[in-house]
Amino acid sequence: MKYVAPSSVEEATSLLSSSPSAQVFAGATDVVPQLRSGRTAPEVLVDLKKIKELVEVNSDGDKWTVGAATPTAYLTEDESFSHEFPGLSEAAGLIGSDQIQNRSSLGGNLCNASPAADSVPAMVVNGVRAVVAGPNGTRVLDVSEVVTGPGQTTLDDDEFIVEFEIDKMPNRSGDAYLRMTPRTEMDIAVVGAGARVTLADDGSIEQAVLALGAVAPTVVRIPDAEQALLGSTADEETLNAVAAAASAACNPIDDKRGTVEYRKQVAGVLAKRAVVIAIERAEQRNGSN
Amino acid sequence: MAITEENPGYKWVGTRPVRPDGVEKVTGKARFGADLILPGMLHGKVVRSPHAHARIVSIDTSAAESMEGVKAVITGADFPDLAANGAHPSEIDVANNTIARDKVLYEGHVVAAVAAITREQAEAAAKAVTVTYEVLPHVLTVDEAMADDAPLLHDAMITKGVDPAPEEPSNIASKILHERGDLDQGFGEADSVVEREFTTKPVHQGYIEPHAAVADANTDGRAHIWCSSQGHFQMRAYTATVLGVSPGTLKVTAAEIGGGFGGKTVIYLEPLAVRLSQRAGRPVKLVMDRDEVFRATGPTSGTRIKVKMGVSKDGKITAAEVWMAYEAGAYAGSPVGAAGMTAIACYDIPNFVVEGYDVVCNKPRVAAYRAPGAPMAAFAVESVLDELARNIEMDPIDIRLANAAVEGTQASYGPKFPRIGFVETLEAIKEHPNYTADLGPNQGRGVAAGFWFNAGMMSSATVHINENGTATVVTGSPDIGGSRQSMALMAAEELGIPYESIKPVVADTETVGFNDVTGGSRVTLATGAAVVDACRLIVEDLRGRAAKTWDVEVDQVEWVDGQAQHVDGAQPPLSLNDLAAKSGRTGGPISANASLNSRGVGAGFSTQLCDVEVDPETGVTKVVRYLTAQDAGRAISPDYVEGQMQGGVVQGIGWALNEEYIHDTEGVMENPSFLDYRIPVASDLPMIDCAIVEVPNPAHPYGVRGVGEVGIVPPMAAVGNAIHDAVDVRMTELPMSPIKVLEALNENDG
Repeated sequence: MKYVAPSSVEEATSLLSSSPSAQVFAGATDVVPQLRSGRTAPEVLVDLKKIKELVEVNSDGDKWTVGAATPTAYLTEDESFSHEFPGLSEAAGLIGSDQIQNRSSLGGNLCNASPAADSVPAMVVNGVRAVVAGPNGTRVLDVSEVVTGPGQTTLDDDEFIVEFEIDKMPNRSGDAYLRMTPRTEMDIAVVGAGARVTLADDGSIEQAVLALGAVAPTVVRIPDAEQALLGSTADEETLNAVAAAASAACNPIDDKRGTVEYRKQVAGVLAKRAVVIAIERAEQRNGSN
Repeated sequence: MAITEENPGYKWVGTRPVRPDGVEKVTGKARFGADLILPGMLHGKVVRSPHAHARIVSIDTSAAESMEGVKAVITGADFPDLAANGAHPSEIDVANNTIARDKVLYEGHVVAAVAAITREQAEAAAKAVTVTYEVLPHVLTVDEAMADDAPLLHDAMITKGVDPAPEEPSNIASKILHERGDLDQGFGEADSVVEREFTTKPVHQGYIEPHAAVADANTDGRAHIWCSSQGHFQMRAYTATVLGVSPGTLKVTAAEIGGGFGGKTVIYLEPLAVRLSQRAGRPVKLVMDRDEVFRATGPTSGTRIKVKMGVSKDGKITAAEVWMAYEAGAYAGSPVGAAGMTAIACYDIPNFVVEGYDVVCNKPRVAAYRAPGAPMAAFAVESVLDELARNIEMDPIDIRLANAAVEGTQASYGPKFPRIGFVETLEAIKEHPNYTADLGPNQGRGVAAGFWFNAGMMSSATVHINENGTATVVTGSPDIGGSRQSMALMAAEELGIPYESIKPVVADTETVGFNDVTGGSRVTLATGAAVVDACRLIVEDLRGRAAKTWDVEVDQVEWVDGQAQHVDGAQPPLSLNDLAAKSGRTGGPISANASLNSRGVGAGFSTQLCDVEVDPETGVTKVVRYLTAQDAGRAISPDYVEGQMQGGVVQGIGWALNEEYIHDTEGVMENPSFLDYRIPVASDLPMIDCAIVEVPNPAHPYGVRGVGEVGIVPPMAAVGNAIHDAVDVRMTELPMSPIKVLEALNENDG
């Protein structure tokens, strides 16, 4: 096995094009265990962390750009980002442990394509876009378009994500991500739920996006719950409808980490709670901050 | 810390100095099992069965042998057939568990091993060993194994302890029975009777350091083994048995140990490493991966336990009936015997029957785990007692006080208790502020108690006085819980010199007298007594040398504060330093050995108080407050005593809430990693509050009882009782995972 660390996007894409059995990695927190267990055995390992634009966080007038290989600790430690996207920041802060978060990245978390990846539902509800580099230049995908199933993505073998674009959080909007794990950390979501809402001037919900993780082969949106929330003030009846829609949107499996019944029930609970937190946060983003 | 007995003026015993092994461990210099590298050393890899139960039809090693770098390949045929040699059945089981001969009995069972120049070559060669199996039907639980038509693991297993002996073989290795009084009469006198059935899953000791061994065999038949274990004399004995050689041909050096908890009292790799080294003519290292540790070592038993108990209105237990079946894994030897002896040992009960079964099944052979057998039984008994206390509206501490075993009580397992401190642990809980702390919404409080015998057994110690008056204290007891500090503290107290002047070391099997394993919470008691004996011999010797120097009778010399003093002050004192410097003129080097079979154990009791908060919508249980009160006899090293108390509780909380072996229908373990085998992480737990109770053991010079084990006995029931208090569901299955708690809550609502 050969290890290479290109210093530019172009160098990396040409390496990938010329090596049929190459594997890119960012923090290697998923790749190393896969190598050790024999689940993957590439001829060339391509380390993306030496490419400058993949490891930086920038904020310009209307959006944030987050390098795909940026350690998630950069996000959780960035007060400005975390203040604006507390849900996404908290999701990034749930990956593995403190030590893991010095290596783990949004790009890796997404492209590993685990149904339980914590940052993905939080990215989906925030409409995050992935800038993908390949031999023919770059293309832009919604994060929700990247993963097609466990371990499967729409990226070609010679493509990788360079950075994520995140539009600034509008006023009267807020996000949240909650997950259920038996342990408080060092664990994998049995259910994850992300929510983002935007409130109208009268306090009713103008926009709502909800997404669940670990309850289907890919992250799932909950259109029925989003619809139920529109125009409401998230009263108890509406929240119960959200919970029911979330449970119904699940297509989970029974496995060592959870049962179908449990995942469906708790998906409803977490969706409801995430909405409540997102609304609280939206109420606090009233234009003065 | 709650001290119930005054410290009689000790200078060192009971203090909290810096640990002697601390610097080496925090700077990374300490050598653990896998750290040794010898010149020319090869790397080994073990080949394991993918099947839970299968007959080995053939093993073809030819492809592996011809691979690059491969120096040796061995199978069961490379070891003596102990059955044919008339060995004891337990020895045959040890040998067959080390490497299978004709049948594999669990997924992960060793069938072959290879040694090669690099680890990668060894791994490739291990994959190239071709084993042809005839897969057999398997049994995974006591229920499956005890079923009438169950497939048998051992064709000749006739249940022991049944009279007359059964004619047909079964998977039940033995039956145990303890009874007293008249059950019908006892239940007739009860005002409230509760009967419940409990199940628990196998759980692993979860030590962080995987098993590792290096062996270097000589052409004269001798070999040197370095390994991480809880007892290198025991490793030597077992390895000699499996290899069919005299123990004296093997030298075993104890590495530092990264956790054992009972699981490193048995052998796995050592005979394989020796045989590979003999075949290759070079040293061989074998190190397990974590998944091998889970699949093939430990765990402790999964169980099914039924408990029926009755109490009178005033809280006296009138009768107890306990039925228990413990998984042994592949070979006889579950801890059901200890479970039967401990189940109701906290209490003075006039009428009882305790019946237990040791049941083999197609899982890894169980190994000792902290108070082996007791925690599962306590989960059942203490849960039922909690329910009985509620039924008669009695405080959970008071109902235990009303039945508590005290000095003179005839223990349920036979002997009369000497002075014990169970009542004092109950009182310590009741007096602690946690007992009356406010509870929030969805929070609840649970109490549970536990008993463990503590062991004595055999130990040796040697004490050398160095030329500057410092001392080296040598034992053969691997330090798994701070015993080096305890040895140094007791030696400092005896010799009257500073703790820092004493170097405690663990020597190899050729450098110190025999020591039984570090287990049964016995080392501070028994090895500590040997250290005290050796120090007292040294003091006698020193008094004699001072008398000779002063030309007086020895009874004119006292040993006070590390120096010889003339009783009348007629001579200036001679310090240990003075005497050591002149040892050449007063009889030569100053050194003493002591060996003993322990003079008396001190039983341990623990009572614990757990507060939890249950999320009623997700079933997640969070431990918000936890107090453990334990009788240490005497806390030689309070830091380590608290560490043991907290460690036992934390492992118990893991057992209570999340830990379990998960097998698929083929008997393959599905969660052989710390990701999905969930021991608690630091953020899962509150600080575990400790109340050390000291009711000295009269059979030890400092009053020591063991402290390592009893702390893991009460937590599962304490957590379960707290969950019941919080959300009104009675959990009878471990682990009490969010899924099970939510199911129980749903049933309550439905």
